[in-house]
Amino acid sequence: MFDLDLWKEILSALKKNRMRSFMTAFGVFWGIFMLIIMSGAGKALENGVMDGIRAFASNSAFFWTERTSVPYKGFQRGRRWIYSNTDIEYIKANVSDIEYLSPRLFGPNANSGDNTIRGKKTGSFNIYGDYPEFFKIDPWTPLQGRLINEIDIMHSRKVVNIGERVVEVMFDEGEDPIGQYLKINGVYFQVVGVIKGETRVNIGGGRKPETIIMPFTTMQKTYNFGDDVHFFSVTSKPGVPVSSLETRLKELLKKRHNIAPDDLQAVGSFNIEVEWKKYMGLFNGIQILTWIVGIGTLMAGVIGVSNIMLVIIKERTQEIGIQRAIGATPGKVILHIVAESVFLTVIAGYIGLALGVGILELLNMALEANAGNADDIFFRQPEVSFQMAVGALSVLVISGIFAGLIPARRAVSIKPIDALRDE
Amino acid sequence: MISINNVHKSYVTGHNSLHVLKGIDLDIEQGEFVSIMGSSGSGKSTLLNILGILDNYDEGSYYLNGSLVKDMSEKKAAQLRNELVGFVFQSFNLISFKNAMENVALPLYYQGVPRKKRNKIAMEYLEKVGLLEWATHLPSEMSGGQKQRVAIARSLISQPKIILADEPTGALDTSTSYEVMEILKEINKDGITIILVTHEHDIAAMTQKIVHLKDGGIDQIIMNGDLKQFKSQYAKQLETA
Repeated sequence: MFDLDLWKEILSALKKNRMRSFMTAFGVFWGIFMLIIMSGAGKALENGVMDGIRAFASNSAFFWTERTSVPYKGFQRGRRWIYSNTDIEYIKANVSDIEYLSPRLFGPNANSGDNTIRGKKTGSFNIYGDYPEFFKIDPWTPLQGRLINEIDIMHSRKVVNIGERVVEVMFDEGEDPIGQYLKINGVYFQVVGVIKGETRVNIGGGRKPETIIMPFTTMQKTYNFGDDVHFFSVTSKPGVPVSSLETRLKELLKKRHNIAPDDLQAVGSFNIEVEWKKYMGLFNGIQILTWIVGIGTLMAGVIGVSNIMLVIIKERTQEIGIQRAIGATPGKVILHIVAESVFLTVIAGYIGLALGVGILELLNMALEANAGNADDIFFRQPEVSFQMAVGALSVLVISGIFAGLIPARRAVSIKPIDALRDE
Repeated sequence: MISINNVHKSYVTGHNSLHVLKGIDLDIEQGEFVSIMGSSGSGKSTLLNILGILDNYDEGSYYLNGSLVKDMSEKKAAQLRNELVGFVFQSFNLISFKNAMENVALPLYYQGVPRKKRNKIAMEYLEKVGLLEWATHLPSEMSGGQKQRVAIARSLISQPKIILADEPTGALDTSTSYEVMEILKEINKDGITIILVTHEHDIAAMTQKIVHLKDGGIDQIIMNGDLKQFKSQYAKQLETA
């Protein structure tokens, strides 16, 4: 149906009525522009948050202890209790759905004053005792050296992995920390690896670059923790929902420590699966909201186009009358008006689309430039998908047709003779 | 060419019905130059619109070029108009944002003639009405007489058999009116039927046949030879009115 003459007619009609064409187009331009900007911003928020937790094992759960809240078997409420090595061994032996299990001890933390010394340098860091399994649940990558391994655990070696901030504080610039010694709470440890967290999730508080991790067994022996376990992480085997595993483990732990089955407080736990679903729901919600608001804005634009087209038809009644008097068929008049409307909406929409994408791209560049290695950015890579752009454009074409059709039908319903008399 | 038998037409506005044409019988042969006269409200414009298939009629029959025109679809009517009829209006009705050449070429656009070809033909017709050097001017840059000549060129370009002119000189001064009439006479000489509505008897006097309408019916039909007598009668009418 490509008809060069038709398009020439349309172009000349639009060109001769610049102001009118511009006003018509602006509504649509604004609608699609807002849709793109909002959708991109929503996506950026999602990217920012999800980047921070993507690498985190989404089938993981974490357990700690709180004071009891229900009296049970002669114990008063408010009793303090703690996990022990035997709990961990029992769970390992009896619960089959666990993929990784990693107990943890909390050593001195960054808020309790300087705990690390090297020569004249001192620093305060978060110090944990962990099993190598922990790196499978909340992934860390070694920047230099190696991660803590099974042999370190077995021999309770006095070795540590340190975060980037620790290197900055405790070593001179350009100095190789590997093989050097740090005095932590009075005991010397050898640095075997500099590590960087892949996620921004902090289990147990504190900023990741300020972390020192040593073998669990080393910490237990060195600092006299006996067989205490402060905290442990588990992941469920594939196909097992971690929520059900969490419930089973809680029941089991309550039984082993004489805690009332209806005590909701004593076993503290946290389940990433639930949080993950919450996030997913949140971002789906944001995307849906974006579409609703965006389509709404677009609709307003389209109604604007339709409205302006109606005014135009009124304005052009005489012109249409003349055209029909000299032989334009109703079909031709409708085609003309609809094509004009579609042309306007699509051009305006395309400009809105291009400008929206362009601004998102600029925003992205600005964000990248400012981000550096800061971990706290929750707004990354604003973008719109190709499907979204195509979807928006097809909405535009369809709405352009509708915007033109209503006024066009009206134009044709006026008799040529009435149109000619209209002055 | 045109044969109208007992045509009735009323306009209904709300509860009021206005009976405008009350049984018109009229035959016009190919190549005639006819004027329709009458006081305002006598139905002359309505008759012209029916002749031009711009309006419907309620009763009777209208044969145009041998085929019955009644309850036609808009599409069919548009095609017939394009093929057979050219219009000239009192207010010119040129499209304001198109230049003279484009205005003249417009009917050919609806016939699907390619742009280059139709513009070339449009130039020929502009030359015919003596406006060749005004081809690229917009209607707003032309005088009334020039606009009407553009409108005449436009009505001619589809090579119609009939030209319908609704008070073509109504908005023009006397000398321009006569120029326009000269052009219309020229066209008539080529064998095209011209029907014009006017209330100026000097304009009507230049035609071969005057159809005088009164209260929705034909009062009298005056042939050119009898014009003198008509003139005095018409003057008398004006005096009494």
